[in-house]
Amino acid sequence: MKDQQDSLSRRDFIRLSGISTLSLTLGYYTSACDQTVKVLNTQTISSVIELVAWISIDTNGDIKLMNHRSEMGQGTQQTIPQILAEELEVSMDQITVVSASANPKKYGPQPQEGSFSVRGWCQQLLKMGATARQMLIMAAAKQWNVPVTECSAKNGQVFHQPTNQKAGYGSLVEEAAKIKPPSNVTLKERKDYTIIGKPLPRNDIPSKVNGTAVFGLDKKLPGLLYAVVERNPRFRGKVKSFDDTETRKIIGVKHVCKVQRAVFGSLYEGIAVVANSIWAAMQGRKVLRVEWDDTGFDHVSTTQMDEQMRHNLKKPAPSSQFEKAVKQASDTLSVEYETPYQAHSCMEPLNCTVHVHDNRIDVWGPLQEANWTQADLSQRMNIPIENVTVHMTFLGGGFGRKAFTDYPHEAALLSKELNAPVQVVWTREDDMIAGPFRPGAFFSCRGGLDKKGKIMAFQTITSTQWIGQEWSATPYADPEPAEYNKGRIEGLLHPYYKSIPHYSFAGVGNRVPMPVMWWRSVDASTNGFACESFIDELAYKAKQDPMDFRRSHLQETRYQNFIDKLEAVSGWKSRTTKGWGVAITQCFGSIAGHIVIVSRNADKKLQIDKVIALMDCGWYVNPDIIKAQVEGGIVMGLGAAIFHAIHFQDGMTVEKNFDTYLMPRMLDIPEIDVHIMENNEKPGGVGEPGLPPFAPALCNAIFDLTGKRIRKLPFALDEI
Amino acid sequence: MPSYTLLINHKRCTVEAEEAMPLLWVIRDLIGLTGTKFGCGIAQCGACTVHLNGTPVRSCSIPISSVADQPVTTIEGLSSDNSHPVQQAWIAEQVPQCGYCQSGQIMTAAAFLKKNPNPTDQDINLAMQGHICRCGTYTRIRKAIKTAATLSKKQTTE
Ligand code: FES
Ligand code: FES
Repeated sequence: MKDQQDSLSRRDFIRLSGISTLSLTLGYYTSACDQTVKVLNTQTISSVIELVAWISIDTNGDIKLMNHRSEMGQGTQQTIPQILAEELEVSMDQITVVSASANPKKYGPQPQEGSFSVRGWCQQLLKMGATARQMLIMAAAKQWNVPVTECSAKNGQVFHQPTNQKAGYGSLVEEAAKIKPPSNVTLKERKDYTIIGKPLPRNDIPSKVNGTAVFGLDKKLPGLLYAVVERNPRFRGKVKSFDDTETRKIIGVKHVCKVQRAVFGSLYEGIAVVANSIWAAMQGRKVLRVEWDDTGFDHVSTTQMDEQMRHNLKKPAPSSQFEKAVKQASDTLSVEYETPYQAHSCMEPLNCTVHVHDNRIDVWGPLQEANWTQADLSQRMNIPIENVTVHMTFLGGGFGRKAFTDYPHEAALLSKELNAPVQVVWTREDDMIAGPFRPGAFFSCRGGLDKKGKIMAFQTITSTQWIGQEWSATPYADPEPAEYNKGRIEGLLHPYYKSIPHYSFAGVGNRVPMPVMWWRSVDASTNGFACESFIDELAYKAKQDPMDFRRSHLQETRYQNFIDKLEAVSGWKSRTTKGWGVAITQCFGSIAGHIVIVSRNADKKLQIDKVIALMDCGWYVNPDIIKAQVEGGIVMGLGAAIFHAIHFQDGMTVEKNFDTYLMPRMLDIPEIDVHIMENNEKPGGVGEPGLPPFAPALCNAIFDLTGKRIRKLPFALDEI
Repeated sequence: MPSYTLLINHKRCTVEAEEAMPLLWVIRDLIGLTGTKFGCGIAQCGACTVHLNGTPVRSCSIPISSVADQPVTTIEGLSSDNSHPVQQAWIAEQVPQCGYCQSGQIMTAAAFLKKNPNPTDQDINLAMQGHICRCGTYTRIRKAIKTAATLSKKQTTE
């Protein structure tokens, strides 16, 4: 982590000076702010926070660090500043963390997906911190007339040991702002870190235990109107007519109007009830009558869709190369796996507050994709992008769903129409039935073992609804042709590609009218189940210990170390009971492995006793946040494995709320023990990779205990 | 519209509301205390939990007309400075992720510990069973409740 590739140029920096306050501020994506000095008046000092990127130090020594990533529970509010503070040489109690609003010119793109916060940004953030520190050191050296090399920084101060002088950053800022940013700063070595790698407490937590944290739904504005929307339960289709006579009689209801919902390239329709309170809007909606035109698309149901996916698995013509190889195998296996559609169900239902006024748009909300929201609204509402401001609030969960821009767009349309700020609130039912969903995926897996019990041929054919379908010109028209080895299969550990002489992957898209998109860990959440269950099945077929079987195929050192550690922390080798299962998957640059231990309780029902997890996300920032993310991934994986699934009937979603879409609760949660690999690999994602191994590890454990293979999710644990 | 005088966090507030308006929306939108959260609206998730007369209830499913003069405590009324042992334990164990479910979890835990100052794991599991945390903070909640029990005892002996 210590080398510097490119230096920061002068234009990468902004300096802001105010009448009473002067601050040194540093940014990376600041090409739009070429001017080196900007004079602000005192009224705009508060907006310094808005104007600077990442680091701002004023003459009083106040240090503000920006978090440019959405905080949805994954801890960026803590990890981003932790990285900056390390190189800046300040302690965490010397800084204030500010959530930055969307500004790609300053912060670069801000999407909160792909577990990207740390893995995508650490180099730039480290460099930014180090550059600021070096400029402050240079300023002190100049002031004291001593060599720069004799000065050092610590705890927000610069020191010159030989003359016993020291100065706080605040007193150096003015001088530092005049210095040309050094081109090659040296980054600290990992062993010298005092902040990175430490389980420092999250700074957002105090506000989350006393009700002061502001989530999207907590946003209030003067004159704010509240809207709920009746959307077509069959997703597509148009409003034929509506009758709002009764709705308008409800006290507080102000408007009833048609509103569009933009789902990728398609526009769905709904009727919005706008009132002076959420409750009044909900009451008005209850008595609204809407007639829908549901022609032009299929009203499919899960049974039908499942049949179609099973059928699709037979579509690809045999791969001659694979068939030739598998004929040589001394043992073969051929099975199918099935995973369902899922909803994201963030605890905070979707909502967004938008004010369109004077050719400007202000947006407040729980948004994972501040930049997309900004760009999407600019384009759809035809307002220049620089006039669109996305203000961040806390997100009550994201999991991929809040990266989507349909709900800000609805609010923008209504705000424009009513010429007032509008908050669109989705009820839990709206949130659950409308999608986009994680698509279900079905797999046909075939494998061949050689005489020594090694995998010599491995094939998966996948049928799923492609997430990209909505971007195509004719969404859900014809199934895509199947092709072998077009890509890799997300979730599968990379060394398998090397160790298995003949592998082949093919996929057949299933086109149905439901909107779909990514869900925590995306394809790995379904692929991981199929691949790691299948690897386990092959291990048993080869009469080998499932861990040894994996070890013999995963030849790279990083994986060998991983397996050794997973074995050690779980006590795998010394296990004395049946009911142990393992699964290891890879996605978003990290490797995660789970050991699940199951047993039968006094009533002979299956229970999950313990989960031991190992995460290899390479270079990392905050181990406690990583552990929390893995714990969360396990619980979400557990829910998807044994509790919930989304079904469709006659084109509509069956599960509408938590009474039918069941969530794991306290009684269902086993002991969870998370460990982290220590190595110097590139930083990988943390929020997503901890989820996929859970379901296969659980099913592998159940097989170990009962001899019964589970190949379809979700399943009822107490029926096994 | 009828008018109601509520005793919330030791303060009296008079509001005008439909009889059927759930306490949740009264607290959030009429009184402006937004720490209590909307999660499901059908008494399934626990995000909206407040104390009514000291007992944890689902404010999304209690019409304002049935509250009468029973005192209501919301998360904001637990303490003004995070000094309540449950809040302290939640910070010590770094429980919240997104934090959205936590007001409700904390309110139930606080009422539960008052009744059962020495809970077992199973007591905790049962007491917290009505709450959903989509971020999956359950194991930390379990731990934090035990920490809170210890902290409460310390506070009372001090
Ligand atoms: S909002 Fe009241 S229990 Fe879910
Ligand atoms: S902390 Fe996010 S739902 Fe519980």
